[in-house]
Amino acid sequence: MPSVCFYFQVHQPFRLRHYTIFDKTPNYFDDFRNASICRKVANKCYLPTNRLLLDVIRRYEGRFKVAFSLTGVVLEQFQQFCPEVMSTFDALAQTGCVEFLAETYYHSLSFLYARQEFIEQVNMQMQLIQKLFGQTPRVFRNTELIYNNQLAETIEAMGKFDAVITEGADHVLGHRNSNYVYRPPNCKNLKLLLKNYSLSDDIAFRFSNRQWNEYPLMANKFASWVNRINGNGQVVNLFMDYETFGEHQWQDTGIFDFMAHLPREVLSHPDNDFKTPGEVAEAYPAMDIVDVPHIISWADTERDLSAWLGNAMQSNALHEVYRLEKMVKQTRDDQLLADWRKLQTSDHFYYMCTKYFADGDVHKYFNPYDSPYDSYINYMNVLNNLKARCEQAVPGQAPRNSSIEQ
Amino acid sequence: MKVFMLGWEFPPFISGGLGTACHGLTRAMSDLGVEVVFVLPKPFQQTANDHVRMLTPLQVKPQTVTSTQIATSFVQKELKHVTFHAINSALQPYATPQVYQQQIEQLIHQKATQEQFKAINGMEEIRHWLSQEPSVMGQPGHYSGDMYTEVHRYAASAVRLAMQEQFDVIHAHDWMTYPAGVAVAAISGKPLVIHVHSTEYDRSGEHVNPMIYDIERRGMNAARKIIAVSHMTRNIILARYGITGDKVEVVYNGVERNGDAAQYNKIGIRSDEKIVLFLGRITMQKGPEYFLMSARKVLEVMDNVKFVMAGSGDMMHRMIEMATQMGIGGKVLFTGFLHGKDVQKVFQMADLYVMPSVSEPFGIAPLEALNYDVPVLISKQSGVAEVLHHVLKVDFWDINEMANKILAVLKYPPLQLTLREHGNFEVRKLRWSDAAKKCLKVYQEMTQGG
Repeated sequence: MPSVCFYFQVHQPFRLRHYTIFDKTPNYFDDFRNASICRKVANKCYLPTNRLLLDVIRRYEGRFKVAFSLTGVVLEQFQQFCPEVMSTFDALAQTGCVEFLAETYYHSLSFLYARQEFIEQVNMQMQLIQKLFGQTPRVFRNTELIYNNQLAETIEAMGKFDAVITEGADHVLGHRNSNYVYRPPNCKNLKLLLKNYSLSDDIAFRFSNRQWNEYPLMANKFASWVNRINGNGQVVNLFMDYETFGEHQWQDTGIFDFMAHLPREVLSHPDNDFKTPGEVAEAYPAMDIVDVPHIISWADTERDLSAWLGNAMQSNALHEVYRLEKMVKQTRDDQLLADWRKLQTSDHFYYMCTKYFADGDVHKYFNPYDSPYDSYINYMNVLNNLKARCEQAVPGQAPRNSSIEQ
Repeated sequence: MKVFMLGWEFPPFISGGLGTACHGLTRAMSDLGVEVVFVLPKPFQQTANDHVRMLTPLQVKPQTVTSTQIATSFVQKELKHVTFHAINSALQPYATPQVYQQQIEQLIHQKATQEQFKAINGMEEIRHWLSQEPSVMGQPGHYSGDMYTEVHRYAASAVRLAMQEQFDVIHAHDWMTYPAGVAVAAISGKPLVIHVHSTEYDRSGEHVNPMIYDIERRGMNAARKIIAVSHMTRNIILARYGITGDKVEVVYNGVERNGDAAQYNKIGIRSDEKIVLFLGRITMQKGPEYFLMSARKVLEVMDNVKFVMAGSGDMMHRMIEMATQMGIGGKVLFTGFLHGKDVQKVFQMADLYVMPSVSEPFGIAPLEALNYDVPVLISKQSGVAEVLHHVLKVDFWDINEMANKILAVLKYPPLQLTLREHGNFEVRKLRWSDAAKKCLKVYQEMTQGG
């Protein structure tokens, strides 16, 4: 009786323009690049996949369901650069078979650095989802599935959520598997949904890998793996980036055909069904408590923070941006606040990652910079300018011991 | 495997990276058990600073002195399998290229009659070439003291030396030794490898010296294999010299660990002043003017910085004037050419090493900087940019960006820290032993293949 639970992450950062120390204007973002990337991904992924899902949802009359987590910054960009994508998400919302999840508006790491700011950003995103799609999210996912017990407590304390999502990392599960609903320690009602990374990555990463001994992956084969869980689990959580469809796995790999055929193959077994994360949390009881004292995430093989916080530059940039919180908020300048918040998007710190840099792997593929050093320099130059703007607005309020602009 | 290697300089008699490269390569080859006979022209009177003690070949105990007295042989302690022959070029100071040409022809003739030497075609080629040389130069009479004469004098002596040696392969470093390499190959019938550390296009831009270009092209054509120090250099060899790609291999240079890095850590009290270092010949190829233009931009933002230009060269006076004209004369220090310990000292003082080269076939100095834990900013127009990731890179002409990056290193300590940490680790992967192994593979392919 496993329920297949799809959740797709949709996010694009506001990438920075080339910004030297000699630049003085407060235009930090590369509108041209952001627009062209947004349109490119829309044409390769968002539009065709949305149409495909809409088609499949209509065909199965309510038996096929999915969930999306859309960041505020990607929604802003859709509205600005490709509004046609908004209308297809709206059409999906109206089917009643699509659930929207909550997360930070700015896809930020604010949970780690500024708890109040974190809550503000979550509320911002939820209000936007309510406004655009008429739904109030009941399930929370944190940026990059970054999670620990404290996050669960914070989320439960907000009083708005039934469940929280994170990675089904082996070292927190031990002998258990990700195919059940769990509960975080110290939480009364909040449930924990864990990503089945093996089956998720079969689609998201291995699908087109010809070296993989399961290549080619067909919908019936994948459905048979789902069926195997029967008796040893209640839910298969398939969580992945939405860009998997058409962008990471190109159309000619057959990823769209796979997705088009998967519902029929899964539903051909009478015990299977599709559920959204909210429905899963409602339908299944928590089987056990999963204790996560240390922070986990869904990144790389380490499943930790090292992709954003692995070197001195990243740590410095993060500290510097959050150090400005008080000053920025004191200015009561909305533009300044929005700029500061866009600088919190985790991608900026991901670009500074030196891990595997010399090997030229997946980190490079998503990186608009030639090197992590260039990205750090650019980011710090922007941050310096932002700080100067704050100082002009609120004179004499500079945080001390800062490594920027001595 | 025994190699007859033709070089132009060797530590401590160096003016640039070529000597350092030859030293590193021969040492690693020696460790691999490859026997090397290294031929180099005897250095002239050193004009360098008096406070640096120089070793001359004569101070090293001669092992064997060749009967003809054309060369001094010696071995260096650390290089077990390497024999050096320093050609005593002072023997015939006023000879003309024609004299050497006659001598070589005589030798070729001798050799041919004695040993029924077969490479007639090769000899014809070399005779033709040697006879053509003076007219190409277009200057009759004495050439004593100029570079071309030295090149041919060296070639003639090398040929005589080669006749007394047994070897499998000839390996010639840079254009000064190509004529010697070609001549020795013609006489011995052994395969010639030429090692391109730089080309005339790197040194002179589009204003190439046709004479040198010609020597390079002939050398490349005559060689069985060409070793280029980077893909950038390989591309120049293919595009500018019309050589086919299968003939050219890329072998990156390495760097020797100079002991424990910890001892070079900056200990003790440092002044507040930051130091940005340029180290290299002050000549067009190295882009010194871009360094100064960036310096001015940096000084607009930050005051407590000094720019040190270590090295000498034909543009040095112009650079001193330029710094003064820009009004930053007091912020730029010219040290002149530095040796051994002084190089080490200046690296230890530096907060950043900048190599703004317009065209740098490889660039060993950035590796040395990394060895001394100094962060590095290099131009994208350098071969070493192909192998280094944990450094800052910039187009040599983009002075705005160069200044931006210099300022970033000086202002953001975590940047310096991360660059240093990763850079010092990365540089350890570039070893002379790997370069020597690749060269050895090239030798083996040639000697086995025919």
